[in-house]
Amino acid sequence: MTRFTFNVNGADTQVDAPDEMPLLWVLRDLIGLTGSKYGCGIGQCGACTVHLNGEPIRSCLLPVSQVAGQTITTIEGLAQGSELHALQQAWIDKDVAQCGYCQSGQLMSAAALLRRNAKPSDADIDAAMVGNYCRCGTYIRIREAIHAAALSVDATAKTGAQS
Amino acid sequence: MTPKNKTELASAISGQTSRRDFLKVTGLVGGGLALAAAAPGWTQDTRKLVGGGDLNAYVQIRPDGRIVIYSGSPEMGQGIKTSLPMIVAEEMGADWDDVIVEQTTEVDTDRYGRQSTGGSYTVFLNWQMMREMGATAREMLISAAAIVMELPREELRAQDSRVRHLLSDRSRSFAELASLAQEQPMPNKADLQFRDREDYRILGTSKSQVDSLQIVTGQGDFGIDTRVPNMLYGSYTKCSAVGGKLVDANIAELKALPGIVDAYKVPGNGDVRELLDGVGIVGTSTWAVFEARKVLKATWDERNANKDSWAGFAEFASQQGDIGAEVLYEQGDVDGALEDPNNTVISSFYEYPYLSHLCLEPMNCTAHYRPGKNGAMDHLEVWLPTQSGPRFQTLAKQRYGLEKDQLTIHVKRMGGSFGRRTSGEYICEAIELSKLSGQPVKLTWSREDSMRHDYFREGGFCRLRGAMTKDGKLAAWEEHTIGTAVDGKPSRWTGVHPSTFPIATSAHARGSLTTYPMDTPSGPWRAPFSNTHAFVSQCFINELAEAGGRDHVELLIEMMGEPRWLEPKTFRAMNTERAIGVIKLAAEKGGWGRAMPAGRGLGIAFYFCHAAHVAELAEVSVDDQGKVTVHKVTAAVDVGPIINRSGALNQVQGSIIDGYSAMAGQKITMEGGRIQQTNLDRYPVLRIDAAPEVDVHFIESDYDPTGLGEPGLPPLAAAVANAMYAATGKRVRSMPLLDAGYRV
Repeated sequence: MTRFTFNVNGADTQVDAPDEMPLLWVLRDLIGLTGSKYGCGIGQCGACTVHLNGEPIRSCLLPVSQVAGQTITTIEGLAQGSELHALQQAWIDKDVAQCGYCQSGQLMSAAALLRRNAKPSDADIDAAMVGNYCRCGTYIRIREAIHAAALSVDATAKTGAQS
Repeated sequence: MTPKNKTELASAISGQTSRRDFLKVTGLVGGGLALAAAAPGWTQDTRKLVGGGDLNAYVQIRPDGRIVIYSGSPEMGQGIKTSLPMIVAEEMGADWDDVIVEQTTEVDTDRYGRQSTGGSYTVFLNWQMMREMGATAREMLISAAAIVMELPREELRAQDSRVRHLLSDRSRSFAELASLAQEQPMPNKADLQFRDREDYRILGTSKSQVDSLQIVTGQGDFGIDTRVPNMLYGSYTKCSAVGGKLVDANIAELKALPGIVDAYKVPGNGDVRELLDGVGIVGTSTWAVFEARKVLKATWDERNANKDSWAGFAEFASQQGDIGAEVLYEQGDVDGALEDPNNTVISSFYEYPYLSHLCLEPMNCTAHYRPGKNGAMDHLEVWLPTQSGPRFQTLAKQRYGLEKDQLTIHVKRMGGSFGRRTSGEYICEAIELSKLSGQPVKLTWSREDSMRHDYFREGGFCRLRGAMTKDGKLAAWEEHTIGTAVDGKPSRWTGVHPSTFPIATSAHARGSLTTYPMDTPSGPWRAPFSNTHAFVSQCFINELAEAGGRDHVELLIEMMGEPRWLEPKTFRAMNTERAIGVIKLAAEKGGWGRAMPAGRGLGIAFYFCHAAHVAELAEVSVDDQGKVTVHKVTAAVDVGPIINRSGALNQVQGSIIDGYSAMAGQKITMEGGRIQQTNLDRYPVLRIDAAPEVDVHFIESDYDPTGLGEPGLPPLAAAVANAMYAATGKRVRSMPLLDAGYRV
């Protein structure tokens, strides 16, 4: 058992955990952030996706010892305070979810995509999202929502520039 | 009781007081419901203009104007938590923006009706009751407004959460009227009038599901997210071959591991749907109990355990002839048509595999068993992802002797179910661990547990024969299913069903069954039976069309014959006119008959199930290396009026992608009774890059609406297989495609 300090959703956080405990279970069971989901435990479904220093990673495979001193963002930290991320709003507007279980991971992968590519094509979206499985088959709406979010961010940026 | 002071009011609003007095709902034979004419026992002297009130079991108006509509059925992604309240809100005249939907906090079928979901039945079974709930509330609000506004009822109309005077601009809000409204006599059920479809403001529109915000912010109310004080985390390990008895396990070693609180050898009762022998481990995190399983050494007595072999089943099936051991259905002169030398007769053999439910949220349950002390009764509290709370009540009574008032049940949102969460074993395992540890325990199955111990969509085989006349008409249809038998009885999920197309429309048809003993548990998997029968039957119709020199669409329409119900006693039956309607629409919208470039083809399939008529047309290409691309699927669907357009579209899109995912790569096999695919590394699923465009068209006929969780799936595999034949000239008679050498 080791004491680890890292930043989760903007807050410095300390946990006592075995070195090899995956970040997913530290978040879910020790810290109580249950938005990141367990789906397969082998990094193939993407339901556990969080950001490590802004990059999407599979938290079910990453030992907590490797995140010490670093910055983690989970689905609970995707919104800025009460202001939803453009993707979250698009997910609501497009009514993307069915059961909803994979959508935390889908959103985190999509957010990482939009950060490095503000106007992704369908092919860009497919490449970035291929590791996120949706059992309910909401892929069509995921594509639509990512495009809609990209447009809304673009529109906001233009409006901001004019004002 | 009417709230008499602020404390009582607050209590009523928070749902703490029983609302049982206000409305008695009684069950009727056949699952229907009726409002019993029980006027609430309000007294005149407690009338207030402003205040909250329950108008019936499903509707409560809060003093701030928010309208709470309860959802009594479990939500698993099918959208029922949004669609049923939309029906109530429509009849009531509520503004949807004022509506808050809350899951009922109790399982009480006397009060809320069925409270189970499955069979794409929930909309159908609740449509009338939800309309009655909404209309009852509306009439009581209008009665209250008539008193307050001193106007005749006939001049008042409920709309946008207000009762408006039609002849002036006067109006009162529902919130103002609520308290008085709940004192008004309950209208007679027989007198209730429902809104005309052309006046709908909510039904038929698109509403984002009511939990969208929670889902996108990581606050979704899934069972696996349950956290309660003093909770332990649990795992339960069973023999990999179902039915193995636990001989011994290294319990002392497990108990010494870090993060492990206790470990137990748990004797089961031998019922796979309740409790099998296992090793229970409880600890301080899910990871700790999963890790402990790597250290677990258990020995099992497998003498009576599952010994199934898929290869053995396949070998047996390949040896079967055209007619099975048991003829279950025969009509007309099938042999005469098959032996007529003027007819063209063809025969084909089809195969479909076992499938896992693969709910992305693994099986889980949190249980807190509190033994009664000092003469008090035992109590069991569960946080339960399930399709049926009432079924759990039955289990708790039968297995633990617990009455309804000894149970507290929190029905949780499910991260997918597709028929899976209808059994009791993951519940019983959690209860055992709580009883043994004396603490609340959240049991989580690993992905491997969830795949190894599924109730699979069972695999099987079908030999089909058909005869076409010289002028291209269907002369005879024969299907011989080689399915499974459990304990000597044919499985519920196999067989021959005379109400299915095309047996039901064919003058000369025969269906027979041969069974092979399999102990692997099977159960309903999204559109059970239909999801395999549609594949074999609708592919074979395409083969017959070719043999008879016919266009597939023309043959389908001809096979439907005169407009009629195929089972006159129920309007959940297939209607040939509705069938023709969706076939023609899919063909038209999908461009049936278009010339296709080499390597690209169109395929169509129709299927009827779950009271839904669905036709799908797939546009598919296959390249030289066998890479399959489904470019587009056009679906035509008749399920009556659409409740939530967004939800309905989502279900059809998802069913098509799910159907293609299963067809493309999924196959469960077993040898020595052990499941050979226990995680995604050996069970390929469809990813976003292979998801086709889906174009959905609804025929909103005037029949009562029915559900869409399942019927969009069955036609898909046949439509794609038929399109692949059009593209390549090679038949696809087995699933998955990856097994047949294709790539997706």
